[in-house]
Amino acid sequence: MENQALLRLDNIHKSFGQTEVLKGISLDVQAGEFVTLLGPSGCGKTTTLRIIAGLETATSGRVLVEGKDVSALPPEKRPVNTVFQNYALFPHMNVFKNVAYALTIRRVKKDEIRQRVQRMLELVQLSGFDRRMPSQLSGGQRQRVAIARALVLEPKILLLDEPLGALDLQLRRQMQVELKNLQERLGITFIYITHDQEEALNMSTRIAVMNEGHFEQVGTPEDIYERPVTRFAASFIGQANILQGVVEEKAEGRSRVQLEQGGTIFVNEALEPGTKIAVSVRAERIDYAKEAGYGFQVPGVIERHSYIGGVLRTTIKLSGGQELLITGANPSSHYPDGCAIQVFWDPDTAAVVERS
Amino acid sequence: MEKKRHISLSVWPLYIWTVLFVALPLVYVVVISFLQRGDTWGVTDQVTIDNYVKMVDPMYGSIFLETLAMAVLTTALTFLFGYPFAYYVCKLPARLRGVMILLLMAPFWINSLCRLNGWMILLKSNGVINSLLLNLGIIDEPLKLLYNFGAVVVGMVYALAPFMILSCYNSIEKMDWSVVEAARDLGASAWKAFVTVTLPLTMPGVVAGCVLVFVPSMGLFFISDLMGGAKTVLIGNLIRTELTAARNWPFGAALSMVMLLATVGIIWVYKRVSGSKSLGDLM
Amino acid sequence: MSQLYIWVVLAVMYLPMLVVVAYSFNSSRYSNWEGFSLQWYEELFNNSAIVDTLNNSLMLAFFSCALAILLGTMGAVGMAKSRFRTQGLLENVSLIPMMLPEIILGMAYLALFSLCRVPFSMITLIIAHTTFCIPYVFVSVQSRLVGLDPAYVEAARDLGASQTRAFYDITLPLIAPAVLNGALLAFAMSMDDVVISFFVAGTNSQTLPVQVYSMLKSGVTPEINALCTLMLVAVFLAIGLFGLGRALFKRASRG
Repeated sequence: MENQALLRLDNIHKSFGQTEVLKGISLDVQAGEFVTLLGPSGCGKTTTLRIIAGLETATSGRVLVEGKDVSALPPEKRPVNTVFQNYALFPHMNVFKNVAYALTIRRVKKDEIRQRVQRMLELVQLSGFDRRMPSQLSGGQRQRVAIARALVLEPKILLLDEPLGALDLQLRRQMQVELKNLQERLGITFIYITHDQEEALNMSTRIAVMNEGHFEQVGTPEDIYERPVTRFAASFIGQANILQGVVEEKAEGRSRVQLEQGGTIFVNEALEPGTKIAVSVRAERIDYAKEAGYGFQVPGVIERHSYIGGVLRTTIKLSGGQELLITGANPSSHYPDGCAIQVFWDPDTAAVVERS
Repeated sequence: MEKKRHISLSVWPLYIWTVLFVALPLVYVVVISFLQRGDTWGVTDQVTIDNYVKMVDPMYGSIFLETLAMAVLTTALTFLFGYPFAYYVCKLPARLRGVMILLLMAPFWINSLCRLNGWMILLKSNGVINSLLLNLGIIDEPLKLLYNFGAVVVGMVYALAPFMILSCYNSIEKMDWSVVEAARDLGASAWKAFVTVTLPLTMPGVVAGCVLVFVPSMGLFFISDLMGGAKTVLIGNLIRTELTAARNWPFGAALSMVMLLATVGIIWVYKRVSGSKSLGDLM
Repeated sequence: MSQLYIWVVLAVMYLPMLVVVAYSFNSSRYSNWEGFSLQWYEELFNNSAIVDTLNNSLMLAFFSCALAILLGTMGAVGMAKSRFRTQGLLENVSLIPMMLPEIILGMAYLALFSLCRVPFSMITLIIAHTTFCIPYVFVSVQSRLVGLDPAYVEAARDLGASQTRAFYDITLPLIAPAVLNGALLAFAMSMDDVVISFFVAGTNSQTLPVQVYSMLKSGVTPEINALCTLMLVAVFLAIGLFGLGRALFKRASRG
């Protein structure tokens, strides 16, 4: 292999007693990537991270760093460091000692420790806080100390377990930018856990959407958002409308689909007639008017409009009863509630998330 | 957890110590309670239940009853005085709370016999209280305040009240007062809210306190000895006499079994009420 | 109203001690006040029985506490890491000495040591006291360990500490206050114990409480008042020093 992955998870399974938490996870991460594990709580993302860190042992499967199997190594021997969920700053040590801890263990010379800790504290903009105890810091400051402490060894991979989870929204946004800048500046690979989709889309080079112990989809934020491959991936991120139907006719690179809810649409994928499929369309990609576009025939009735901030949210009821959610910045034409309209979208913006 | 069965090395010293110096001696007490006494001291290897049969004697029956009465009375009194104290302390601002508990616990560090000595000076026939009353002309001759059942109860309550107070305090302090406010909001009077919400919620602390008072009160023979004189004989005094003066270990052991049964009984009640699995939760 | 109740209870708590303090300065041997005198303090220091037994008691409490700290802390830490069949049983049995009326344990030791023909001495005392001191340390450390976030140790491991190193750097400092708490309680219990010492002390290893007990039984002993007063002073001095130390520490760590 010419392009050896920095980190490779090879078919990892993990069970706690009877419950299988991870059902075969495989992932390759290249140097310098910012990979986010995104999923609801209990999906196994923290367990995955702990297995990479060595804090948990996989039931089966391997963890490879730069091609070397580290599965059997204890956490202290692995070239990865972790930013813990609630930071886990040692409460009996001040900021300096916390950050210096890893260096102290490795018996680095005092002068060098001082220099490296100072550099780290500068990096996270906490110079001068050396003597503070963790209890005397704000949430955001603790967060920075935790990052400095984990970075002081200059690990190849930094694992972050919902590092912004305890911060309020404003601080969170600010820290997202800072973390991303830090990662780009240092060129360290980040494996990042969050259940916040906005955070994931905003920061990652790649996202792994996790659900019930397996990856639903791994891809760039754009891939995940625009081209979800499973129903879960589509509905977990953003506002997606999912419509079921059966393929009626296949043509060059596209198919005509009869919707269960009534009406026909086109998808940009050649599928065998008779295939049952589910199509996901983002709320902001759907358009509606008196006249349909793209050859669609999907009649509906406007249920209601509501303003959420600068966006207009429209609910449309299809003839079969299903409700579609549509968001638009500033609708060019306004239809009153109860008005019958046609729903359509650019087939390029929809994704087939299920087929059988 | 899917941890495999294993014993950490550092458990072994405690394990061995517990087997040698807790389990073994207690098993031995059970064993000798079924043996016959030796001629001068110790035991023979003759198995018998005589030691238990002997207890049926009404003389011992009255001692058991008196011990039980004393233990129950002590527990009830420590609760009656201690709970309001703990409750009111919890109503104080946090800073004062610590000071009050410290003031309460400080005497606890002084030898209990020294403190008992204070009560003896107070209650003696020529003691402080009697002298005061005589000089004020309220009484003509000294009252008999010491060397009776009441004096023993005073001594016991005094020695054991801190346990009850601390236990109640820990429970009350942890309570979420908004629950009481909710009860008041729903129409309960202050007293009704206390009886229906505060008291049930702090019951685990109360019951733990009861255990911590009731159990030792059965065995503190020196309190009944000093405060009750020769008149008040409790099961603790009886055991001591059987062990030392009478040198009848088997009977002493059998009496201990009765006390043990009472202890196990009250701990069982405690576990039922508090739902706690470990004895450690008592502390 | 509620404040008043608190003060009344505290007054009743301290009344007997105030009486003792007052009488320790009474020149009369009996209860009527005949003037200020320090003679009981002099007699106290000349009473070799009290001085000797005080030494015994201090030594006993020191060694029992040290052993209890060792066994109790190691036990609690080990138990947290272990899973074995007799674990629950071991835990409850090792806590029995805290729960049982002391007299039962006293009689058990009396009988067992006699059976094994172990002479009653400082050794038997230390064994007995260590046994009832262990639960105080054990329970205190255990409850601290339960409340300890495992992430601290994990973070240390993640940063390169071995299991042993993480224990000494992280776990031990974090449970130290609990060890101290338990040990202080155990020390107080050991210094105060009459019942168990009464049964297992040898003739040359009498403890202070047992000595005071026999003196109180035999009659009027104003030296005891002096002793009690000194203990009272020592306790409040210790509390004062402790409070001062903590205040200073707080100020230092704030700056």
